[in-house]
Amino acid sequence: METLEAQRVGLDAGDVSSRELVTRAVARARELADRLNAVVGLREEAACAEAAEADERHVRGQLRSPLDGIPLVLKDNMVQCGEPTTCASRILENFVSPYDSTVVERLRSAGAVIIGRANMDEFAMGSSTEHSIFGPSRNPWDTDRTCGGSSGGPAVAVAAGITPFALGSDTGGSIRQPASFTGVVGMKPTYGRVSRWGLVAFASSLDQIGPFAHSVRECAWILREIAGHDRRDSTSLPFPVPDFAEALTGDVSGLTIGLPREYFVEQGADPEVLALVRAGVAELESAGAKVVEISLPHTGYVVATYYLVATAEASSNLARYDGARYGRRASGVTNLEQMYRRSRSEGFGAEVKRRILLGTYVLSAGYFDAYYRKAQQVRTLVRGDFERAFEECDVIATPTCPEVAFEIGAKTDDPVSMYLGDIYTVSANLAGLPGISLPCGLVRGMPVGMQMLGRAMDENTLLRAADAFQRRTDHHARRPPEFS
Amino acid sequence: MNRQPLARYEVVIGLEVHTHLKTESKLFSPAPIRYGDKPNHNVHPIDLGMPGVLPVLNREVVDLAIRLGLATHAVVNKRSVFSRKNYFYPDLPKGYQISQYEEPVVSDGWIEIEQSTSAKAPAKNAASVADTVSKRIGITRAHLEEDAGKSIHDAAVAGSDDTHVDFNRAGVPLLEIVSEPDLRSPAEAGAYLRSLRSILRYIEVSDAEMEKGQFRCDANVSLRPRGSEQLGTRTELKNINSFANVEAAITAEIARQAAILDDGGEIVQATMAYDPETGRTRVLRLKENADDYRYFDDPDLIPLIIGDEQIEQVRAAMPELPEQKRERFQSEYGLSDYDARILISNRALADFFEQATRAGGSPKSVANWMSRDLLRELNECDLELEQAAITPAALASLIELVAEGRLTAKSARDLLPDLVREGGEPEALMQRRGLEAVSDSGLIDGVVGEVLAANAALVESIRDGDDKPLNFLMGQVMKATQGKANPGEVRRKLIEKIRG
Repeated sequence: METLEAQRVGLDAGDVSSRELVTRAVARARELADRLNAVVGLREEAACAEAAEADERHVRGQLRSPLDGIPLVLKDNMVQCGEPTTCASRILENFVSPYDSTVVERLRSAGAVIIGRANMDEFAMGSSTEHSIFGPSRNPWDTDRTCGGSSGGPAVAVAAGITPFALGSDTGGSIRQPASFTGVVGMKPTYGRVSRWGLVAFASSLDQIGPFAHSVRECAWILREIAGHDRRDSTSLPFPVPDFAEALTGDVSGLTIGLPREYFVEQGADPEVLALVRAGVAELESAGAKVVEISLPHTGYVVATYYLVATAEASSNLARYDGARYGRRASGVTNLEQMYRRSRSEGFGAEVKRRILLGTYVLSAGYFDAYYRKAQQVRTLVRGDFERAFEECDVIATPTCPEVAFEIGAKTDDPVSMYLGDIYTVSANLAGLPGISLPCGLVRGMPVGMQMLGRAMDENTLLRAADAFQRRTDHHARRPPEFS
Repeated sequence: MNRQPLARYEVVIGLEVHTHLKTESKLFSPAPIRYGDKPNHNVHPIDLGMPGVLPVLNREVVDLAIRLGLATHAVVNKRSVFSRKNYFYPDLPKGYQISQYEEPVVSDGWIEIEQSTSAKAPAKNAASVADTVSKRIGITRAHLEEDAGKSIHDAAVAGSDDTHVDFNRAGVPLLEIVSEPDLRSPAEAGAYLRSLRSILRYIEVSDAEMEKGQFRCDANVSLRPRGSEQLGTRTELKNINSFANVEAAITAEIARQAAILDDGGEIVQATMAYDPETGRTRVLRLKENADDYRYFDDPDLIPLIIGDEQIEQVRAAMPELPEQKRERFQSEYGLSDYDARILISNRALADFFEQATRAGGSPKSVANWMSRDLLRELNECDLELEQAAITPAALASLIELVAEGRLTAKSARDLLPDLVREGGEPEALMQRRGLEAVSDSGLIDGVVGEVLAANAALVESIRDGDDKPLNFLMGQVMKATQGKANPGEVRRKLIEKIRG
């Protein structure tokens, strides 16, 4: 009973109470803390009280949504009033938010029960959940390997059956890549679909909140509850939210799937990963979809472009952590310069510092045009690539990552090779498009994700294709042997 | 030789004015704007730069920016963009200020200043418009930005040697209005500031009170030899906090630069501060250490798009501008150009005039009393009209008392200082001070008789056709009645008695 859908059925049938689900989730989080380190903060008492309310609603027949009474964890970068939000950073280790994020408000009105906060790379910077004051989270398929990142904690929570769903944030693949590494579904909606109010910013023009679950249908339910226009986020899109689950007809006839020529080159990618993705696409083809080859000619520039834009924005977004108003202030400082220097030197980890330095550099006088402005121009070209591609197809299928989960520590000394692993995911953030990663098989015992990308605001078509794949396959029903 | 630097050098001045916009809430947060509240009482998580907060533009400011654009004959840009100006300071909560950089909301405007041709500085409340020329000063741009908080270093306030920060002001909307380097003297700079402030108040964009920090000015100053076309190296005078100091600071900076140039030295680009105590300017920091603000478009905000329709709506609802008011005062009230110019020179004067007129004062008398006596009195008390206790109704009734002959013009002028300082009812004040005009014919007749008797020789020469001594005799009568007799009546009676 570890999927959202199974828990829904159990609650509706009265076979289980929300109290029980929440208690079990909390217990499992504790039980797996040492081995997986997925959940870094629990709010057991509050969660149990909220579960009791959900159970009362069940008795009165006042179900708020399909999520009512179901436990989840939030990546530790979405604020909840009265609760800590650390972003896995020393600089925020004692920060307690005075306000709620929009997603927290919406989850509450949906009746979902947040049991705690999940691990991540510090300030969402990383692809392995190794850069965390809480230490690395581990992959339940092989605890010597990373779970991906930066939303590693939420992915592991779902993969290891702690909670049936979770929310993460995706700036360059931070939902899709850990979903791929841990064998769950992870979705990044269209930029602007889910409000960023209360999401601690990494790179504002790229960040987007999205769900982790075991099935596409569950993701559709979750998205329906958290999406929608929000006046508190100026970049939030003022469009109505469809009932995404209604679009899941299972029918892909007439649907055209594009395979980007530039993504299926074996240089730098694991051939077995590419083969599984091709097999996944073939499955949809046999179900009636048309498959065409497309071209995304600026693919070679996307990683560089992404790291210029993301670090530039991050250098500015993280300036507020200065030791002056909240968060960590270095002790024993005697002047302002020292307060800034020491608080930030002690408070930020190496990867965050690296990105602040990079971003500060690319925005500096004399370098701005060559780096930041140029990156913005390339970003426009990348958008153009997708616009042209979507004239020829309805969804694009690619690998989520060039390889399966790597070993913990394997890339910590080689940030560039870590960055290059983002090659397939960053484009969707640069172009603001929705993307989803689906389990599509195992390579050497480790999960592989197939990524599908859709047109902006057309999550319906994307989810329909992804759901059709899951109706015909059972990759998503596989569980890590030691944690099922 | 240092005495008159402007005889040898031409000064080139450009001003940057930061003015608080008159809105209910802040530029990007719903926190209220109230002056004088306890520190950190008007703050929202947005104003503190809490993790996860996002700015949302207060739409109120857009109309105000359009108003300023229209009032300064400027272009209201259909698209403008908010950028981040990145620097660290404790009163800057996010580590960046949201401002407009490459694409401001308003550009390419101008305003007119009235500049006295005489050397005398214009009066505080109104330009002396007798000998003035008007000059057009270009406005390069005006852009929206958020104000910072306030650092409090004062141990008495902060309660210790620590620095404390008050974020009540953080996020208050500002328009930064940048002039072209069109100003050629400290007096012109002063006139520009007064004119700009007057416009801002007229169009209700800002209260522009310098003492409250709502209207702040930086001045860029450079000198060049007279006749030269090439601009000299400029320095920037920061945060000049009063009107008086603007002209004094620029004058001091001119003197400093002239002394360097006279000695064959070079001006170094720098940020300067003016010390009113010493009357000198000093270097705050050199520009070669110029900060790199790493401006880039704020990804949390979308471009500000302004449609023609919105501009036309604002235009239709625009409060009357000074020039329009001057024309109306001439046509509606029959005022002279001179009086009308004085009265429109600031919004408070114009409103006071119209209120006094509505309270029954004849427009011409009200204008006369205001442009001469009232303004002189305000200047003597060093008060702005808004700070004075006199009400428009009080001025109207003072004028009425004179018109009725119950108060002589001289006595009325004597009452003015009290009315300005303490307020009150002119009639009651007149009675309390015993200044009511003598209307007792018998009494005046008696005094006239005495004066004529004591000056028989003069009476004779008047009878012989020399009118000159008449004024002396009048003076004697007025003196004997302590100025309370009606001068017209005294003159009539004197002539009656002399000519028989």
